[in-house]
Amino acid sequence: MASHGIRDRVAVIGMGCTPFGEHWDKGPEDLLVDAVGDALTSAGVEKDQVDAYWVGTMGSGISGLTLSRPLRIDYKPVTRVENMCATGSESFRNACYAVASGAFDMVMATGVEKLKDGGFSGLAISSPPGDGTTADLSAPALFSLLGPAYCKKYGVDDAEFKDVLTRIAWKNHYNGARNPRAQFRKEVPKDAIACSPLMAGNLGIFDCSGVSDGAAAAVIVRAEDAHKYTDKPLFVKALSFVAGPATGVVDNDYDYTTFTEVARAAEDAYSQAGVSDPRAEIAMAEVHDCFTPTELVLMEDLQFAERGFAWKEVLAGTFDLDGDLPVNPDGGLKAFGHPIGASGLRMLFECWLQLRGEAPEDRRIKTLEQGKKLALTHNLGGSPGECVSYVGIVGAE
Amino acid sequence: MRIISGGSYVPYRRLDRATISEALGTPPAPGTRSVASYDEDATSMGVEAARNALANVPPELAPELVLFATSTPAYLDKTNATAIHAALGLDRSIAAFDVVGSVRSGMAAMQLAGSASQRTLVVRSDVRTGLPGGADERDGGDGAAAFLFAPAGADVPAQTTALGRGAATLEFLDRWRLPGEPASHVWEERFGEHAYVPLAQAAFTDACKSAGITPEDLDHVLVSGPHSRAVRVASKAIGVRPDALVDNLSATVGYTGAAHSGIALADVLETTEPGKKIGVLLLADGADALIFETTDALGTIKPRRTVAEQLAAGVGGLSYETFLTWRGMLDREPPRRPDPVAPAAPPSLRSEDWKFAFAASRCEACGERHLPPARVCAKCGSIDQMTSERMADVPATIATFTVDRLAFTPSPPLVAAVLDFDGGGRFRGELTDVDPAAVKVGDRIEMTFRRITTAQGVHNYFWKGKPAR
Repeated sequence: MASHGIRDRVAVIGMGCTPFGEHWDKGPEDLLVDAVGDALTSAGVEKDQVDAYWVGTMGSGISGLTLSRPLRIDYKPVTRVENMCATGSESFRNACYAVASGAFDMVMATGVEKLKDGGFSGLAISSPPGDGTTADLSAPALFSLLGPAYCKKYGVDDAEFKDVLTRIAWKNHYNGARNPRAQFRKEVPKDAIACSPLMAGNLGIFDCSGVSDGAAAAVIVRAEDAHKYTDKPLFVKALSFVAGPATGVVDNDYDYTTFTEVARAAEDAYSQAGVSDPRAEIAMAEVHDCFTPTELVLMEDLQFAERGFAWKEVLAGTFDLDGDLPVNPDGGLKAFGHPIGASGLRMLFECWLQLRGEAPEDRRIKTLEQGKKLALTHNLGGSPGECVSYVGIVGAE
Repeated sequence: MRIISGGSYVPYRRLDRATISEALGTPPAPGTRSVASYDEDATSMGVEAARNALANVPPELAPELVLFATSTPAYLDKTNATAIHAALGLDRSIAAFDVVGSVRSGMAAMQLAGSASQRTLVVRSDVRTGLPGGADERDGGDGAAAFLFAPAGADVPAQTTALGRGAATLEFLDRWRLPGEPASHVWEERFGEHAYVPLAQAAFTDACKSAGITPEDLDHVLVSGPHSRAVRVASKAIGVRPDALVDNLSATVGYTGAAHSGIALADVLETTEPGKKIGVLLLADGADALIFETTDALGTIKPRRTVAEQLAAGVGGLSYETFLTWRGMLDREPPRRPDPVAPAAPPSLRSEDWKFAFAASRCEACGERHLPPARVCAKCGSIDQMTSERMADVPATIATFTVDRLAFTPSPPLVAAVLDFDGGGRFRGELTDVDPAAVKVGDRIEMTFRRITTAQGVHNYFWKGKPAR
C-alpha cells in the first residue's frame, strides 16, 4: 500500500480559462467551447488530436455529453466527474492518470460551472431525498465555525481576528485587481471589507468568494512528448486527493481549527514531489479561499505557517504578491470568482502563467527569481469536519 | 380520574397585548399571552408537555395508550399522535389516537383515559389565535399539558382519585371554523352566555351530586371555555366559594383551548396539598364537570418543570409583526435561497428512531456515540456493533456556533451550533428560543422537539437545541 504518484510522467502543454463572472450571455456550453478552444490554441493542437476528455461540473450538466455535445466531439471517451468544490482538480487528476497509464497520448481536462442562472444568493446545492434532519446551513455559516474555535485555541481576540480576515480579503482583491480574467477587478479598502454586511458568524460579504460562471481546460501529454508542443511545459510533480471519513462533525475531539483532509493530502503531495520544506521550496500557491478563515487555516494545514501562527504571518504580509510565499496571486476564489467545476483548473492556469513568465508584470511573483521552482494548487470540497481535499504540485522543469 | 403524573408546556415567548393595540389602534388590553415559536405547533408542544409529565415516571409505569387532543391539528386525515408516540420513543405495541377538532376534545381525552383499562397518556395542546385585532388573537394563548392516568382498580400510586362527573350537551352555534380557515367565527356574545350558563349549572350540579359533595366543599375550581363572558358568569352561578376559583392564567398565558384546563390543573396539582377536592368545569359545546380529590401520593412523581417555573422563564419583547409572521398572518419576502425541501417518506421511516426519538448509536466495542446513528464506528471501525441510545434528555455544551443570515429559516437568522453531549457524542444542529447575540462557546443546551419547516405540505419535525433554563 502506497501512494506513489506520477512525478514527472505527464505534462501540461496548453491551457485555457475564460474570464469568470456574470456571463448572462453565455451558457455552460459556450463557456466550455471558449475554454477548450483557448486550450487547443495554447497547445497548438487540433481537437482531433485529443484522445479522451474529462469534464468536471457540480451541477451544470450531467454525463460526458455536457462536453461532447457542445464541442461535437467525435466518438471519444468523455468522463464527467464531480467532487464538490474540488471538481476541477478532480477532472485534471483523473485525466493525468489516463496519460500516465499509457492508455492515451493526449487528453484534455475541463471544468465548468454556470452558477448565475440559479438566481440565488450564494451557492445552492440540491441534495438527494432525505429525512429532514440535517440543518440546511449556508456555506459561509459552515466555514464561519472555524473562527470562534481558532480564536479560542490560539488566544486571538475578535478584533484581531477580523483584521486577519480583512487582510486576506484585501490581499486577494489587490491581486484580482491586476487580473483581467477576474470577476472582481478592483482593490477594496480594508475598512469597506471590515464593515461589509454580515453573512454568517463574523463573515461579511467581502469574506466570501464570488458566485460566478466560468470554464477552464488543460491539455495533457506524456512528459517525454511535451517539448514537441511547447518550450515551456508544466510537469506534474504531485497529485493528491483524499475524501475524509467525515468524523469531524460527530467527533468531540475535532476542534474546528484544521482540515485534517488538507493536512493529509498535503503530506502525500509533498512526499510525491520530494518536497521537504514547503515554506522554502514552494514559489506560489493557489489555495481554496472560499471564505477568508479557510485561507487562514489552510496556511497551517499546508505547512506554510506553524500551527497557531498563520494569523501573524497573514498580518506580516508573508502571503502577499511580493511576500515570501505568494498565495492566490490571481485573486483566488475571493476575487477571481468560484465557478465550482472550473476553479481547480483556474488555479492551475495561474501556475501556468506564472511559471512560464506570462503573468502580467504588475502581478508577477518574485519568488521564481529566488530560485523557487514549484507551484501548488489546493482545492477543497465540503466543509470543516467533512470534506474532500486535493493538493497538486507542478513545476516548469 | 386517577392521575399518576402530570406536566405542562408553556412556550418561551410572550406577546405583550399592548403591542397589538399600538400596531392596530385597538383599545389597549393588559397582560401578555404565550406564543408558540415559529417552529412549534400543537404536536411539538404536546411532545414537550408529555416529556415534562413523564420525566420522573419509572419505566414500569410507562404509557400503554396515547390520546392526543387539540383544536389545531397539524395534519388532517393523518394521525398526529403517532409523531408524539415516536418522539417519546414509545413501543410500537402502544396505540396512539387523535381526539381532535374542538376545545371539548381535551375533556374527551381526559374522560376516556379515566375509564380506560390501560395506563393512558393524555396530551392536550393548542395554538390559539384569530384574525389580527380580534379577541381570539388577543386573549388566546399557546401551550400544552399531559397527564398519565392509571387504569381503574390498578395497584398504582395515583395522585388523584375520581369523585364524580356531570355533562350537558346541546347543539347551538357559538363558535365554529371550517377546515382550512385561519380563524374561527363566533356568534354574538350575549347569545352564548344565554346558552352556556344553564348547561354549566346543570353539569356541575350533577357532578357534585354524583360525588356526594356540595359546591362549597371544593378547594379548587377551574372554570374555563372559549366563551370568556359565559365562563365569568358561570363561575358565579355554580355555588362554589369565590376563593376556590382558580386563576385562569389570562394575564400571562391566555386561553389555550383544548390544553387550557389541563395547564391550570397541572398548576393546581403542583401547588396544592393531599386531600383537596378539585372541580373542573369546561364550557364548550355544552358543559362537562369532573370532581376529584388529591391523595397522599400527591407530589411523589414531579414534572421536570412546574407551570410557575415556566411562567417565570418566559420572555417578552416579541414584536407584533414577528408574531403575525410566525402565525402565517404576514407573508414576508423570502430570502433569495432555494425553497426548503420536504423530508421524503422512506428515509424518514428508515430513520424514525433518530428523527423522532433522537436516538444515537453507541459502539459496543469502544463506547463511541454517533449522532446520527451509524453502522460503522467513527473511532474504532467496528461494523454493526451498535446499541441504540436515546439522547433527547442528555444535556450538551456548545463547542462552536454560527449565526447564519443567508440560510432559509421561517424566522431569520438561523442559529446553528456544534453540540457536544455529556457522556460523548457530537451533533451539528439548529438552536431555538435563543438570542443570537447572547450565544457563547461553552453554553449549556437541552434538546427540544420542533417543527423545522413546512414544505410541499409536509411538516418536518426534528430536534433542536435550546439554552438550558
